[in-house]
Amino acid sequence: MSYLTPDRRQRAEKTVALYPQARSALIPLCHIAQEQDGYLTQEAMVEVAALVGVTPAEVRGTATFYDMLHTEPVGSYLVGVCTNIACLLAGGDDLLAHAEAKLDVRAGGTTADGTFTLEETECLADCDVAPCVQVNHRFVRTTTPEALDALFAELRAGGRSDEIPTHGNLIRVQRTEGLKADAEVVAAERSVARAAQAARQNQESPK
Amino acid sequence: MSLTDAPRIVTARTDHDDSFTIERFLATGGYDGLKKALSMTPEAVCAEVDAASLLGRGGAGFPAGRKWSMLRKSDVAYLVINGDESEPATFKDHLLIERDPHQLVEGVVIASYALQVNQAFIFLRGEFALGLERVQAAVNDAYQHGALGANIFGSGFSLDIVVHPGAGAYICGEETALLESLEGKRGFPRIKPPFFPAAIGLYGEPTVVNNVETVSNLPWIISNGGAAFAALGGGRSTGTRLFALSGHVKNPGVFEIEMVKHTFRDLIYSPTLGGGVPGGREVKAIIPGGVSAPWFYPEHLDLPLGQDEVADAGSMLGSGSIVVMDSSTCMVRAAWRITRFFSRESCGQCTPCREGSGWLERVLYRLENGNGRMEDLDLLLDLCDNIAPGLTWPPQQTTICVLGPSIPSSIHSAISRFRDEFLLHIKEGACPYG
Repeated sequence: MSYLTPDRRQRAEKTVALYPQARSALIPLCHIAQEQDGYLTQEAMVEVAALVGVTPAEVRGTATFYDMLHTEPVGSYLVGVCTNIACLLAGGDDLLAHAEAKLDVRAGGTTADGTFTLEETECLADCDVAPCVQVNHRFVRTTTPEALDALFAELRAGGRSDEIPTHGNLIRVQRTEGLKADAEVVAAERSVARAAQAARQNQESPK
Repeated sequence: MSLTDAPRIVTARTDHDDSFTIERFLATGGYDGLKKALSMTPEAVCAEVDAASLLGRGGAGFPAGRKWSMLRKSDVAYLVINGDESEPATFKDHLLIERDPHQLVEGVVIASYALQVNQAFIFLRGEFALGLERVQAAVNDAYQHGALGANIFGSGFSLDIVVHPGAGAYICGEETALLESLEGKRGFPRIKPPFFPAAIGLYGEPTVVNNVETVSNLPWIISNGGAAFAALGGGRSTGTRLFALSGHVKNPGVFEIEMVKHTFRDLIYSPTLGGGVPGGREVKAIIPGGVSAPWFYPEHLDLPLGQDEVADAGSMLGSGSIVVMDSSTCMVRAAWRITRFFSRESCGQCTPCREGSGWLERVLYRLENGNGRMEDLDLLLDLCDNIAPGLTWPPQQTTICVLGPSIPSSIHSAISRFRDEFLLHIKEGACPYG
């Protein structure tokens, strides 16, 4: 019995098939598993491990290296406020303090109702709209306390659910097409190209 | 100050609201460069890129053509695109990823054809949820249009591209850490040598790792010729470049301008670019190429924005991100925040970086908060010297990768130039900037 829902299980299997080595799918699969519960449950890590052919401990050991992969529950909306240099110069610290007061949590904490987890982030690469705020890894471009308050209220009321899905950064990433040639055809092509290249070859080959 | 009328090479479409769609792409010369490339031999494509003298746009500025020529001959080889843009205040690839994903895909196919690799990966920062959607959509569209997949445009060349999401780690911008991450592991930079993945890369096979902006230049270079690209800019810095301008400027943003022909002053003050410093305040310091770079000061404002010009002045153009700090900025706080970033993002493999960054961060924190001691300044510099012996630029290295030796840049800069500000923090027992 799969822990991942059938559609997620199917996406996971397709993702594994994309890579020359299954383990490369470990992080994408963690993202997919995280969409289900908001964080990586023990069961999810066991299933990811089986899918990519490593031990559950290796999945945990890898996942805990990365800021975006959570092994503890997080709120429906992960709010990240950047305070790195460009945002510091634009008052990122003040905006973060405002968010802490408004949500009544310290950075890193989750509101009692489980709606918001607030994070202080490093640079999110959107420095011309500083201080930079992301909700579930989407740029919301709310640089003032007022705009942030309005956003919180809107999210609490169930607004913007189309624009900002709860949990997951890959939820709308769908690979619909793929290589339509089998590996042997590609290998044959390659040897033809290689032979042609060798025929043209005038330069020495590096060792 | 007048700006040159160089063409916009990588941002030609980005003013359009629908710049990310296949319709806009096809209506504005999309795949023209690719079709031309496929009519040429792979060697001829490489020769055009060599002729363009295209320098890598990721940070190190290594010539792209030379990197390609180092790819070890092998039955299996890979191209990996580095879209993990995480250097603080760098946000130029973000623009290309979200606003012109088709151009990126076209560039990847051209590079793959030139290198004769049949499998490419586009590694994107996990935090770019929209970017991941758009690049995957562009890849899907490219398959549908025959620009990707089996027998591309009837050329007998096949390529598969996988869009791979990162998961939040600055260190994965380091190319060997990126490859580890792509292999499903912790992002630990690999021990050198080999210095280049072109010898031993992904899965131990020869691999070229190119930056998003680097390959986004390829469609234009092939369409217009390497010579046309090399005619722009000057010296080793050819073509145009994206500069990500942030901090204390009226109009922060990403600007594509001709290399070398403009100065820091042009970028910061030109009405069509940065628009000047708010409130009529003065520039106090400039971070010229990401937070790993030593700082510049008002006397550097007339320095041209070129790779060698900036290097000769003792810093680096790096990732092309320029942060302006005006006279209202507390330099102790700025140095502390940058150091805290490095401390958080150190992967933990090497002692000087792992322990040094945390120690430096704590000393800077107490200085900023008024609990500093007179001996802290020497302590900071001594710690920095243990990470990058001699505190020279380019730095000496005691660690596997260059994250460690990047840590001292801001601290050494701040103490060398603004020592009095540190002393004031100690004397007053508080930050004078409040």
